[in-house]
Amino acid sequence: MPDPAGPRPMIDITDLWKSFGAVEVLKGVSLRVERGAVIAIIGPSGAGKSTLLRCINLLEDPDRGQIRVGEREMRFSTGQWRHGADRELAAFRAATGMVFQHFNLFPHMTALQNVTAGPLIVKGIDRRAAESEGRALLAKVGLADKAETYPSHLSGGQRQRVAIARALAMGPAVMLCDEVTSALDPELVGEVLSVIEQLADEGMTMVIVTHEIGFAQEVADAVAFMSDGIIVEIGPPDAVLANPENPRTRNFLTRFHRANAASGR
Amino acid sequence: MTVPTYAWDFSFLWGYRELILFGLGVTLAYTIGTILIGLAIGLVTGLLRLSRNKLLTAPLVAYVEIFRCTPLLVQIIWFYYALPVVIGINIPAHVAATLVLSLYTGAFYAEIVRGGVNSIERGQWDAARAIGMRRAQVMRYVVLPQAVKRMIPPFMNQSIIQLKNTSLVSTIAVADLLYEGQMITGATYRPLEVYTMVAALYFIVLFPLTLAAQGVERRLARAD
Repeated sequence: MPDPAGPRPMIDITDLWKSFGAVEVLKGVSLRVERGAVIAIIGPSGAGKSTLLRCINLLEDPDRGQIRVGEREMRFSTGQWRHGADRELAAFRAATGMVFQHFNLFPHMTALQNVTAGPLIVKGIDRRAAESEGRALLAKVGLADKAETYPSHLSGGQRQRVAIARALAMGPAVMLCDEVTSALDPELVGEVLSVIEQLADEGMTMVIVTHEIGFAQEVADAVAFMSDGIIVEIGPPDAVLANPENPRTRNFLTRFHRANAASGR
Repeated sequence: MTVPTYAWDFSFLWGYRELILFGLGVTLAYTIGTILIGLAIGLVTGLLRLSRNKLLTAPLVAYVEIFRCTPLLVQIIWFYYALPVVIGINIPAHVAATLVLSLYTGAFYAEIVRGGVNSIERGQWDAARAIGMRRAQVMRYVVLPQAVKRMIPPFMNQSIIQLKNTSLVSTIAVADLLYEGQMITGATYRPLEVYTMVAALYFIVLFPLTLAAQGVERRLARAD
């Protein structure tokens, strides 16, 4: 029997609050991401974009609110949530792949070992299976020949692609990308974005924090503008990026385009 | 002013060779033994100190700081003379010496362990936890393998210092190299030759170890 309310969204965040000491970073964020959709989050630095991503896979402990990813749900309220439930947290995180601005590859492991670390250590699957799967993932991100290479011998773009493969190796239901091209030299941005685009085409549900407005416009199904701890505006890329309703969004985009024009990008 | 002349003569030391070698053996035994015990203490203390539980860490902090911030000589004398009065049990010199040397160097090792673990970037924890590793797994597979490499140079330096530290046990009549030197001085009244020889023996043992430590450090730096 079809669900009268339609299929449940893949990610459902309700009224999420988070503060660091006296600083309130998230002030009641709600966000729904349909299965297979790509949401780009843009906004000025300090808006809470990265914190929102880190809350979705529980690298940060939200103060209150509710997060559901796939079938897993977590509720938070001040004082109740503690770090005790390590195993539960770990299982939640394994279902949400995350890629970081600074790659964070394990420097003492080869590219292949980085990719197989999760399946071997967390899932405890057979080494042979993990390695063949790992090689397939490295091939998918265009690094089949770098399996035995250590991160220190890879370029930034290659490192980030290994990091994407490492996240994919856990078979995540969603991927969270936190400014994955911000630490890259301009000529290496394209190779990483094309991998992300490929994932989007394959139907991966993704939340992407990005400064690449052009990329957001091209790949995202919706763009959310965040400012001062809330989502100010969300909608189709063409609407939000070309005709923003909110003055804060308009302001940000104007300054953004001016800065890009000045830097020749 | 003229410098008084002194007729150096080391030949009599040959007659004490067994005593000297015995003393050197005791010194090496205390060094190796207390490094091993200290290492166990330091590892456990250093790792437990990373806990967020204040009830657990507070006594460990107290232990580390008390042993780091008081002179080793005072600790040895206190454990040998004062502790028996406090607890009402006589402590033999070799027990007091082993205990204090191990606790002392263990306090420094604990700080080396803690510092090594804390030197690993936050992003390593983020990445490991993001693929679902639990705290203990992050520690074992991601953080410690990297941290141990960073701990090795300071660990070697502290261990080299430990060999010299053992000379202080002579004050409670443990028959180490320095103590035997004092005995020979008492019998021969030739302290200049005796202490020169004692210094030379410490140097002969330690200098190659220092070179080896530098070599390891260089190799680790290259491997990065």
